[in-house]
Amino acid sequence: MYRETEVIQTIPGTDEMVLNIGPQHPATHGVLHLVITLNGEIIKKVEPHLGYIHRSIEKMCESLSYRQFIYSTSRMDYLSSHINNHACALCVEQGLEVEIPRRAQYIRVIMDELTRIASHCLWWGAMAMDVGALTPFFLAFREREMINDIMEETCGARLTMNYMVPGGVMFDLHPNFVGRVKHFIAHFKSKIDEYDELVTGNIIFQNRLKNIGVLRPEDAISYGCSGPTARASGVSCDLRKHMPYEIYPELQFEEVLDNGGDSFARYLVRLTELRQSMHILEQLIDDIPEGDFQAKTKAVLKLPKGEYYQPIETARGEFGVYIVSDGSTTPYRIKFRSPGFSNLSVLDHISRGQKIGDLVAIMGSLDLVIPDIDR
Amino acid sequence: MGLRNYLSDVASGVKSLLTGMKVTGRLFLRHHKEKITQQYPDNKDTMVYPERFRGEVVMPHDDNNEHACTGCTACELACPNGTIKIITKFDVTPEGKRKKAIDTFIYHLQLCTMCNLCIEACPTDAIKMAQTFEHSVFDRSQLIKKLNQEGSKIREGVE
Repeated sequence: MYRETEVIQTIPGTDEMVLNIGPQHPATHGVLHLVITLNGEIIKKVEPHLGYIHRSIEKMCESLSYRQFIYSTSRMDYLSSHINNHACALCVEQGLEVEIPRRAQYIRVIMDELTRIASHCLWWGAMAMDVGALTPFFLAFREREMINDIMEETCGARLTMNYMVPGGVMFDLHPNFVGRVKHFIAHFKSKIDEYDELVTGNIIFQNRLKNIGVLRPEDAISYGCSGPTARASGVSCDLRKHMPYEIYPELQFEEVLDNGGDSFARYLVRLTELRQSMHILEQLIDDIPEGDFQAKTKAVLKLPKGEYYQPIETARGEFGVYIVSDGSTTPYRIKFRSPGFSNLSVLDHISRGQKIGDLVAIMGSLDLVIPDIDR
Repeated sequence: MGLRNYLSDVASGVKSLLTGMKVTGRLFLRHHKEKITQQYPDNKDTMVYPERFRGEVVMPHDDNNEHACTGCTACELACPNGTIKIITKFDVTPEGKRKKAIDTFIYHLQLCTMCNLCIEACPTDAIKMAQTFEHSVFDRSQLIKKLNQEGSKIREGVE
């Protein structure tokens, strides 16, 4: 069909040609390689080629103990590393059957929601940059920097925190934490309105996204889409509501749904999720209970023989950890179900018949993180 | 009718663009005074690092050149990457007993992912995370570090 040494090749006997985008292309946000068949400007087929950032994390985890393997999941979806670590910790705890202290549960949920805000902030900036607006990128990073500073102070790292451990969290909260998060909430509330005012109503931005990449609900289900991508098609799939973990059942928040299914609906869902995450933070930050931040666990963890699965709602969708244990100190098999992989697989379906310029907007609205897709 | 629709579309489009421009103008005129960009490395002397920031593993020594490491290799076992290698020796105490002590505490900075598991595992708090982060060197062999100082001993009373 095509040779990678040639960027553009025409297919003999037809008007179609094959175009390679990536793996080193700024619009793909990472090492994603798309082989696109075009007829003029119209996309006939999109074929993602993976493998450029495969680090065999699943296989690596099989040689690590149940405490050690958690750090490597921060390197998958690096924008929601807290949530990935959280899923692993929950899955191990499911096998250990330990009771998590209430303070640890509060801290975990606060960290999850802060990560979700940081991730959606970065997405908002990158999405606007994909369709040609550069300023939002700087505005989004300004607010994301505040969260990074909060994380750095409490967890010791800005991106790959490794803060969630089986039984709770690694350290207690930093004394400044509550004050800084409150300051962030007050600051960020006005900033979301600014985001809305600057980009959402813009006629150029809307024309680039409306009726572009329409994903019907039945397709979202059959392709296994999850997270904001599926919720923008009207599929109710928020695991915080449907399979609640930690203290989510006690919290007041709404599952954000939209029936549009196009790129603009996905944009609106994520922007509204920012507000919902702020709402969750406001409920939690004032009354974090006193107590232990970590349950007592044995020095060497051993899961009973059996299979364990724990899904969790990351910023991009359902992240699942599946552990098969043979009763030893290391897992027999680990499988990660990453949201990005299923969300990428729908790209071919929704971009057929669209213009090539719209492909970047569709990819931006799917919020792809390549190391998560290609572990 | 078509013309009227067209004109109203143009008017609403222009209005939406002006709304966005209003934010730009507001930021231009009333930009907050606090500067976010840090002039690194010019501000090196005044930079504040959070005390929990994980830069590299160090072994603190006190004034008598004594550390708290017993050579139990808990950190070596906790490390996911084989970053730490401890070579132990046997000291002879004045009473004539043989006592285990560390000969060399080797730390491979190039393998370390700063996951903090070794610090958590240490029973005597002999190692901790330093806030340094400028680790670039000209040769990778310089990244293999010996954490215990020359001639150092284990502190009295640490078991």
